[in-house]
Amino acid sequence: MKKKESLIQAVPFMLPSMLGMVIFSFLPIVISIVISLTDWNGLDKLNGETLRNSMVGLENYVRILQSEEFWAVLWHTVYYIILYIPLVLVMSLLVASVLNRTMRGITVFRVLYYIPVLTSWVAASLIWKWVLSPQYGVINQLLGYIGITGPDWLTDKVWAMPAVVLASVWKDMGFYGLFLLSGLKAIDVGYYEASRVDGAGRVRQFFSITLPLLTPSLFFCVIMALINAFQLFPQIQIMTEGGPNGATQVMVERIYTYGFKYFKMGYAAAYSWILFVIIFVLTLIQMKLQKRWVHYES
Amino acid sequence: MKKRTVSALLAAALTASALTGCGGKAEAPAQEQTAQSQETQEDTKQESSEESVDISAAEESGGEVTITYANFNASGGNEETLQKMYEAFHAENPNITVNIETIGYDDYFTQMQTRVAGGTAPDCYELNIENFAAYANKGVLAELTGIDVSGYNATALSAFQVNGKQYGVPGNFSNVVLIYNKDLFDQAGVTYPDAAWTWDDAMAACEKISALGDDIYGIYQPITFNEFFKVAAQYGGSVLSEDKTAFTINSPENLAAAQMMIDKIVKTNVQPTESQMGGMGDWDLFESGRLGMIPTGIWAFGAFADACDFNWDICVEPGGTQKATHFFSNALVVNKDSSKKEAAAAWINWLASSDEAAKMRIEAGWDLPAVSDESVLSGYLEITPPDNRQAVFDSLDYLAVAPIIEEYSMMADMITDKLSLAASGELTVEEALNQAQEECSAQIKLQ
Repeated sequence: MKKKESLIQAVPFMLPSMLGMVIFSFLPIVISIVISLTDWNGLDKLNGETLRNSMVGLENYVRILQSEEFWAVLWHTVYYIILYIPLVLVMSLLVASVLNRTMRGITVFRVLYYIPVLTSWVAASLIWKWVLSPQYGVINQLLGYIGITGPDWLTDKVWAMPAVVLASVWKDMGFYGLFLLSGLKAIDVGYYEASRVDGAGRVRQFFSITLPLLTPSLFFCVIMALINAFQLFPQIQIMTEGGPNGATQVMVERIYTYGFKYFKMGYAAAYSWILFVIIFVLTLIQMKLQKRWVHYES
Repeated sequence: MKKRTVSALLAAALTASALTGCGGKAEAPAQEQTAQSQETQEDTKQESSEESVDISAAEESGGEVTITYANFNASGGNEETLQKMYEAFHAENPNITVNIETIGYDDYFTQMQTRVAGGTAPDCYELNIENFAAYANKGVLAELTGIDVSGYNATALSAFQVNGKQYGVPGNFSNVVLIYNKDLFDQAGVTYPDAAWTWDDAMAACEKISALGDDIYGIYQPITFNEFFKVAAQYGGSVLSEDKTAFTINSPENLAAAQMMIDKIVKTNVQPTESQMGGMGDWDLFESGRLGMIPTGIWAFGAFADACDFNWDICVEPGGTQKATHFFSNALVVNKDSSKKEAAAAWINWLASSDEAAKMRIEAGWDLPAVSDESVLSGYLEITPPDNRQAVFDSLDYLAVAPIIEEYSMMADMITDKLSLAASGELTVEEALNQAQEECSAQIKLQ
């Protein structure tokens, strides 16, 4: 009884933001399901009549799943994830452990590592394009000093995706580093003191105390990174535009191209629902798997 | 971190990603829907179901009207010029008020698409050629009738016809000429190009210029669909059959054209490969004095005048078996659902073809008006460099019209992809064109 009353009292306070969510988020999501069942061109007036007349059933989904392009694009995304997630986790863990030290001016470093996160992808991508320039870029200059001829990076089929991964890791490691840092801070110092008394070295401490107790934070980071990786778009759009020869085409890039360049909004909507299902299923699987490797304190 | 905190964080993250990821795209149409119902109500008040508008009849309509005009071309420097043009128009037509919306190019087309679909499109607006093709074919533009065609450059005007109907007027105009580095020609001991040159002459010159140094190249011509359809026309080819019912991408003429484009990269290497470009732009390469020739747009004049510390001039682009030159023009169109089509048509017609607007456009150094009267353009000839500015107008005799079809962007991407595979040596030119022909025929329906 009491619960109901408090709910009634809460509703007026929640209403404004709930309305916003419903109108600007849930409604469009529902509409996009309907659009994905049509061949609406994105220009005809969007109303019931247009949608009824352009209904094609599941044709968009069938065509996407049968197209070679979809599987190629999916593979590019998976390839990105395989390179990106381990690298970004290791780097953020490194960033977190460096920033976890107590020394003078540590806040300055914390800010410095977080700056790339706040930079817009557009600006960051443009800078990375220069950094990665085969003849004039910093990276190939540095490689040149140690006698390595750097690849053509963004215009080379093999190296374009690793180059995008590199830029993404640089930008995101501060973000995940911050979460891991808060995870590190939450670990009770008592564990370290006790283990030192028992004679554990630093390496042993890291693998037996830090890592297990950090798994909840790591779990969160993995899920976030996975979702973000599937929605990979701005860096691709600016750095490679899906090139060279389609080697970096990914799902969101395709959705944008079909929806806004080729005027196939129905096809694009179906593409985004397929993307949603993929992310949803993968997240569910991870939630199930977490029991195996995530340790919660107490 | 406690378990509950983690799940709370996750829930928040998932919601956030749903908001930004899935929601972002679909949001706009829903917003527009409410606006649309208002619009429909307004529409029913005024009579307007005609799908064409007679431009010559515009002056007869008397009452006060306010129309909206959206454009991207004035953004980034010419907002004031456009405003001045409007003031001159308003002085002549005091009953027509125009709300000008200038939107940056990057946002323009996604915004316009959403507004058209939501029924809140402006009364008249600007479209580039790719989008014009899609919009006109999807029936969202009003047909323009009763245009005084004599005022317009005929080729530019014909570019905006679909199935014999005029859906837009050319709002501005620029074309492509051959720009060459005089100093490099002198050093290589080659005579300057002239209007009679063919690609054979150009290739001979390229080889001598390339021989000047390891990082000096004869020419740069982008390997894109846009370049390809023009070079094809120079060899008497075309990507579509005459009645636009079939693709003819791998015709012998097109093959000769593509072979010329690709050979100068992979065979003679008088044009740098992508990795030889090293991430540099083609204009940068020319400006740094490392490029003999570059066929590019006349909008490069200003940049080259500032950046080049060597002598350069221009000439009509070389031809194959015949001449063909590029032009770029944006269409000014009238929204089919507008209730004020006459006023909208009057404004865009004035903006595109009146002497006054044309003069202001040239004075501001904006771009060229697509008018037929060359005396209006005389002021343009006096600015140097380049000395041979007359070549800009000489090139107008050979304009090649883009093959406009509904799926223009898709066709362009498919052909560009195959050509760049040929340029990187992964396909022969013949394979590239055969594959492009096959894919376009399979995936694009022509009327």
